[in-house]
Amino acid sequence: MAEKVKLVPVPSGSVIPERDIDKSPILETHHLGIDFGGLVAVDDFNLTIGRTEIAGLIGPNGAGKTTVFNLLTNVYQPTRGTILLDGKATKGMKTSQVCRLGIARTFQNIRLFSNMSVMENILVGLHYEMSYNALTGVLRLPAFFRSERIARERAMELLSIFNMESMADDQAGSLPYGAQRRLEILRALATNPSLLLLDEPAAGMNPSETEELMENIRRIRDMFQIAVLLIEHDMNLVMGICEGICVLNYGRVIAKGDPDQIKNDPVVIEAYLGKKGAK
Amino acid sequence: MKNVKKTRRRDFITYGMVIAAYLVVQALLDTGHISNSLKNQLIPICVYVCMAVSLNLVVGILGDLSLGHAGFMSVGAFTGIVVSMSLQNAIPDGIVRLILAIAVGAVTAAIAGVLVGVPVLRLRGDYLAIVTLAFGEIIKNVLTNLYVGADGNGLHISFKNAMAMGMGLDGKTIINGPIGAVGVTKLATFTAGFILILVTLFITLNLINSRSGRAIKAIRDNRIAAESVGINITKYKLIAFVVSAALAGMAGALYGLNYSGLAAKKFDFNTSILVLVFVVLGGIGNIRGSIIAATVLTVLPEMLRALQDYRMLIYAVILILVMIVTNNPLLRSVTQSVVKKLKAPFVKKKDAAPAEGGDSNG
Repeated sequence: MAEKVKLVPVPSGSVIPERDIDKSPILETHHLGIDFGGLVAVDDFNLTIGRTEIAGLIGPNGAGKTTVFNLLTNVYQPTRGTILLDGKATKGMKTSQVCRLGIARTFQNIRLFSNMSVMENILVGLHYEMSYNALTGVLRLPAFFRSERIARERAMELLSIFNMESMADDQAGSLPYGAQRRLEILRALATNPSLLLLDEPAAGMNPSETEELMENIRRIRDMFQIAVLLIEHDMNLVMGICEGICVLNYGRVIAKGDPDQIKNDPVVIEAYLGKKGAK
Repeated sequence: MKNVKKTRRRDFITYGMVIAAYLVVQALLDTGHISNSLKNQLIPICVYVCMAVSLNLVVGILGDLSLGHAGFMSVGAFTGIVVSMSLQNAIPDGIVRLILAIAVGAVTAAIAGVLVGVPVLRLRGDYLAIVTLAFGEIIKNVLTNLYVGADGNGLHISFKNAMAMGMGLDGKTIINGPIGAVGVTKLATFTAGFILILVTLFITLNLINSRSGRAIKAIRDNRIAAESVGINITKYKLIAFVVSAALAGMAGALYGLNYSGLAAKKFDFNTSILVLVFVVLGGIGNIRGSIIAATVLTVLPEMLRALQDYRMLIYAVILILVMIVTNNPLLRSVTQSVVKKLKAPFVKKKDAAPAEGGDSNG
């Protein structure tokens, strides 16, 4: 565990460059596409995300946004195109392998381990941060206790990001909605990712909660120095924190750019509001 | 941390319950207060407790329905018998032979677990249940046609008949096809059964409360999320399945060495279902419940013997009633409030405790 220092908060002394594309990107997709039978769900999807960028993926309902997430995490194998994570092609990998390579995600409909405690949920996320095997666990060798203690401390550290330490022993399924969303983010962070995918993190939140979430996403990026790609319908959130935005409609990218460009793009306005709105 | 302490306390209560039960029964045995019919049930109780706990690992912790658990038990039983009988001259000490038989039984059952688990664990839900059922029957049928004998040259195995083994004149048939094992020296003791329960509990509880156990529970709770945090689903499903099979093999070996003769048809579908009933009745995922349910339901038919022909009818009615009562939300809330009231004087003490001792352990 010693070589992985990423989870220790890194103070962001200087302002984070808006788009640090001068470094090699963390994620690149080239001509990514998938068909479901005869339906072309996603086609010619090209995206580049910088190492500490907060990027947004938006589009009307059914545009294929979650499908893109499922492609990036290899839940679906793409029909066409390539995905490069930190320059490495993820073709043919299992979802779990992609996670270990550095992509962590949350889900649109929350998927927690609801019968397990909050602490256990995070410990499952820390699974590969612990190194003892099943036999060591059964025999309760010293490595077990050492590894468990470090992992629990790390889990508490993670919980402290959202001030959730006091909930550590609660059952995950019994948490209030907002706390469940936050726990899901923490569980994803526990896997020590370099790219965090958030699928509608603000869904069901009120404006003040959304405001808080925006702050937290920024804070997480600054602390862990990771890239974030989020799907969101709340335009205040997207325009407020995303440095780069990609707009998807009918499975195709119709616009890319910074928030100002996207806001004023007639094609985007047409996609959301129809032809009359664009005029 | 509170959570760790809580699980630790829960586990200690489980161990304590088993140890206390053993001491009480042992004391009653010494003073001669236990009837002969119950005395004969003591080792089967231990065996079924182990079976229920091991099946709970698959059904309750992994969340997959397995209907072929008796198959692994039979593998353990027959290997145990072969090991014990073939080493009769080499190792005269019964206890050493028993330990060896249980260990080898566990290993062969684990191998059977891998052979069955690799193709089967790709399936889920009803499909998995049906395929495990089929594998249980296959194991039973293979063992029904198995002939094993030993002579001066070692073991002889055949699937045709006893003659086909081609043993020398000093040869001795250990397993005789459909008739099963004959002339087995009984090695199982109540104490051995008790120790086996402790070993089974130790392995199961420690596995559950470790990194691997959490991964297994995560797969049960949400397979997609488990995959998304990097858990290797196949690996951990297989670990749970194989450990469960190995524990069933241990229990089977003890069971096999408790009788002078044993046929493979004892380990049929009914036995698998019986063990599943223990698990469901005790509460899926509840290890302590499995122990209690296995004990009560093994003793119950003996207790009802006085009712003669109506025995199994009453047994079934009791089973149905218990199921209904434990699943009735109203009755549940009543029992819960009663338990709460009973616990009330102790709870206050517990709340005060962390303030004193909580910080030091952190």
